[in-house]
Amino acid sequence: MPLELKGVTKRLGADTHIYPADISFADGSFNVLLGATRSGKTTMMQLMAGIQQPTTGEIWHGGKNMTRVAVQKRNVSMVYQQFINYPMMSVFENIASPLRVTGLAETDVKKRVGTAAELLRLTPMLDRKPSELSGGQQQRTAIARAIVKDSSLIFLDEPLANLDYKLREELRDELPKIFSGRSAIVFYATTEPHEALLFGGNTLTLHEGHITQYGPTAEIYRKPNSLTTARVFSDPPINVTKVVKKGKSLAVFNGEKWPLAGTATKLADGEYHLALHPHYVLPTTENGATGVVKGKVLVTEISGSESVVHVDVGGHTWVSQSHGVRPHKVGEAATFFADIGHALFFDSEGKRVS
Amino acid sequence: MNKTWNNRAWWLVLPVFLMVAFNALVPLMTVVNYSVQETFGNNEFFWAGSRWFEDILRSDRFHDALLRSGIFTLLVLALEVPLGLGIALTMPRKGPWVSVCLVLMSLPLLIPWNVVGSMWNIMALPDIGLLGKAINALGINYNYTRQPISAWFTLVLMDVWHWTSLVALLCYAGLVSIPDAYYQAAKIDGARPWAVFRYIQLPKLRHVLTIAILLRFMDSFMIYTEVIVLTGGGPGNATTFLSIDLVKYALGQFDLGHAAAMSIIYFLIILFASWLFYTLMMRHQEQ
Repeated sequence: MPLELKGVTKRLGADTHIYPADISFADGSFNVLLGATRSGKTTMMQLMAGIQQPTTGEIWHGGKNMTRVAVQKRNVSMVYQQFINYPMMSVFENIASPLRVTGLAETDVKKRVGTAAELLRLTPMLDRKPSELSGGQQQRTAIARAIVKDSSLIFLDEPLANLDYKLREELRDELPKIFSGRSAIVFYATTEPHEALLFGGNTLTLHEGHITQYGPTAEIYRKPNSLTTARVFSDPPINVTKVVKKGKSLAVFNGEKWPLAGTATKLADGEYHLALHPHYVLPTTENGATGVVKGKVLVTEISGSESVVHVDVGGHTWVSQSHGVRPHKVGEAATFFADIGHALFFDSEGKRVS
Repeated sequence: MNKTWNNRAWWLVLPVFLMVAFNALVPLMTVVNYSVQETFGNNEFFWAGSRWFEDILRSDRFHDALLRSGIFTLLVLALEVPLGLGIALTMPRKGPWVSVCLVLMSLPLLIPWNVVGSMWNIMALPDIGLLGKAINALGINYNYTRQPISAWFTLVLMDVWHWTSLVALLCYAGLVSIPDAYYQAAKIDGARPWAVFRYIQLPKLRHVLTIAILLRFMDSFMIYTEVIVLTGGGPGNATTFLSIDLVKYALGQFDLGHAAAMSIIYFLIILFASWLFYTLMMRHQEQ
């Protein structure tokens, strides 16, 4: 049963939280809502779940208008950033709580809770109280509660944000398995582009209450429709600069000229915004990177096998992300090479043209 | 790491030691001193051993006062805790009314205790007081200076008026700190208001309620000022609580030995009861 939003908006006083949204989510799809903090992810989810009412517009689910239907009648589940469990109940009772209201027989409750607990590896802890569990296990309990009742819509609102690194990785790897083969439409809100890429599925990018794009994750990452989407979907931040295309070359900052490559050769002469992911700005020319980026090192971050270097290029900050540990010193001059073949071009309104 | 031993560090503890000594130890030791000796003034002391303690523990006067204090405390707790919790649950969480409610709630707490006593004293006068006159107008014979029941009624009502706000404000603070997501989760589950209270609000208020009960227990068990202003312990001895009896011993009869022994017993009762309360509630919480 697909979920459809028809002209949904949300205003609170003078603030607009969601601008008109028209979108449809297919049955059984996994959808990542990607956007910065306060971009409207949570509001969007709460509107779709029925916790908040839209100011205007309608929400249809399975061919029925659900806009005014109370949340407890919509068969939805939600997992929050905070670990929300009933403090006085055991893990078993917590997972069983959504089933209790339905009046299901005890043997069925046991069976369902058993399956959910098994899937989330909680079986040994069923008798414990949430306060006796680690953060990861508390969140597993909340997720088990969300899947136990066969909801048709499952919302996960930054569920991993409060976990430490190790537990986050672990649960992130398991999540696709937990939700695969379910008919429910799953929504997963996150601020981290690489989480969206890890999960695959579909991505919806949000920026200041506007839906900027929706579609298969890999496609949106590679071919964002707009400069805004490209910015939302890049961490470290995507490099953007104004360029002038004339004949066979591009005039970039500092009077530097770059040779054309890839699809850009077909562009009409004129002014464009060029955007380039940081992993296409490299310290050597070996991968066909030919655009010279000369500047002064501002920040260097080394994480394991990767180096991220922020460079000041005539007032613009450019970011390079490459394998290997590179000994750049802050304040030092450095030269990087842009792989122009992978550059994205946007017109003056921010629409992608190549 | 190498530790350096330097006995001069003890000097750093001295200020705290002096403060505690000045605040607690010196007065306490004076009382202990009086409780085991007999004196007729002129700084002449005679050893009395445990005599005063035995007298006090055997006297009906002490038992009666203890019973009165106990009943008063139980009544006050039984009224103020549910009432305060109820008020906290109905107070608004958001919007302009929050500050209005908070200010109104804290007003009674800001009034000095003897003023509270005087206010109720005048208000409850059967001939000219608003409350006293109103009750009598209903056909109920009410006179707190003559009837023990009226006196008790007035005292309990006054304490409830004065201190329910404290319980309400503490509970309110506890309620406000519960994340919104808990209520949403309960809503999605289709939980009824009673279930939300039983499984979310009450467990989350445990700590705060423990503190509220403890504070109200200690305060009501030691109540003095309001009672002395309102009833002076009367009519007869009907509202002579431990604190009032203690002052009668010490200043009324100048019976310093008995008064000192009683102070120590009184102090130990409160200490023990507080400890018991705290341990029991904390243990319950760990389970």
